[in-house]
Amino acid sequence: MGGIVLDCERNLRWLERLAGLLAEQAGPLTELDAAIGDADHGINMERGFNAVKERVLAQAAGKDLGTVLKQVGTTLVSTVGGAGGPLYGTFFLRMGQSADGKSELDARELRDALAAGVEGVRQRGRAQPGEKTMLDALVPALEALDAALAAGSDNRAAWEAAARAAEEGSRATVPMLARKGRASYLGERSIGHQDPGATSSALLIRSLAEVVG
Amino acid sequence: MTVSLVVVSHSRRLAEGLAELVEQVVQGRVRVAFSGGAEDGRLGTSAADIRRALDEVDGPDGVLVLMDLGSAVMSAEVALEELPEERRRRTRLVDAPVVEGAVAAAVEASLGSELDAVARVAEQARSQPKLGG
Ligand SMILES: Nc1ncnc2c1ncn2[C@@H]1O[C@H](COP(=O)(O)OP(=O)(O)OP(=O)(O)O)[C@@H](O)[C@H]1O
Ligand SMILES: [Mg+2]
Repeated sequence: MGGIVLDCERNLRWLERLAGLLAEQAGPLTELDAAIGDADHGINMERGFNAVKERVLAQAAGKDLGTVLKQVGTTLVSTVGGAGGPLYGTFFLRMGQSADGKSELDARELRDALAAGVEGVRQRGRAQPGEKTMLDALVPALEALDAALAAGSDNRAAWEAAARAAEEGSRATVPMLARKGRASYLGERSIGHQDPGATSSALLIRSLAEVVG
Repeated sequence: MTVSLVVVSHSRRLAEGLAELVEQVVQGRVRVAFSGGAEDGRLGTSAADIRRALDEVDGPDGVLVLMDLGSAVMSAEVALEELPEERRRRTRLVDAPVVEGAVAAAVEASLGSELDAVARVAEQARSQPKLGG
């Protein structure tokens, strides 16, 4: 477990990859949001991560991990526009605080940074798993990561398990009744649709798994 | 003593319309700032723009913040957390209907009431019957 799993270079690759995935999936994410929200989740996330690319990633040379992650958070809270702004913004701010001053993270430190981010989303949105939100991808991802690390899996396998759990978690939002955010206004009619935020959260975990594995 | 107000909406036009409505009542006696819309002009909220509005009307007597839906609340919370301690203590988010709450709070603030009282009036706007009920 002692090895470095995330350094500055891989961190930037993660964020670039995530920005790319969100741009590529902006249409489908917005369509998911059209069914149970206000048809803007993909547009919001793409706008936020375009700003991240311009204002953070393009100027990231020489900055430590914590600083870059916190700048991502600050950028998202002011540019995403929707719930993803304060929620993902808090995720990256907390992750950055957890990695404060560091340029490299080992498996345990990265796990702790992810846990801090997920806890930030939970606090900011006052949601619990099962309410059809991003937490339904993030929480299973963290649990799968912990289980795999505890079972002695290597880092690649542990993060693959986390990414799968996030993807399964996002699909598992289909039968859920939305209790938070705009989709909650639909009540029973929110059932039968996949949550857009859980879907973007699965992209976040998948892109991280790609660079740390 | 004059409490200031900040109103956060997803829509710039809604914010501007509400500004007009409130201004007519308080005639410049209360400072009111509005934050509305995302950076690119679409519907949305932004913690940075809320901070701009908070900075615009900050004063020793405090600032009351009203929010419309969903992310408006979370974005306002982010903006609040980033204020220096001293300002955070005199800035209050209130759970109130945004139109009725803003008008009622602005009137109360114009009477020279303190932050607690202005917040209470904004909250009570929720239970004011409109149809004589
Ligand atoms: N309180 C919450 N806790 C966790 N996740 C939430 C919460 N509210 C909304 N979400 C997530 O945000 C996603 C919607 O993001 P989007 O960018 O479309 O924001 P929005 O709902 O349009 O924002 P707004 O509140 O500004 O209208 C949902 O699919 C859900 O996963
Ligand atoms: Mg939306």
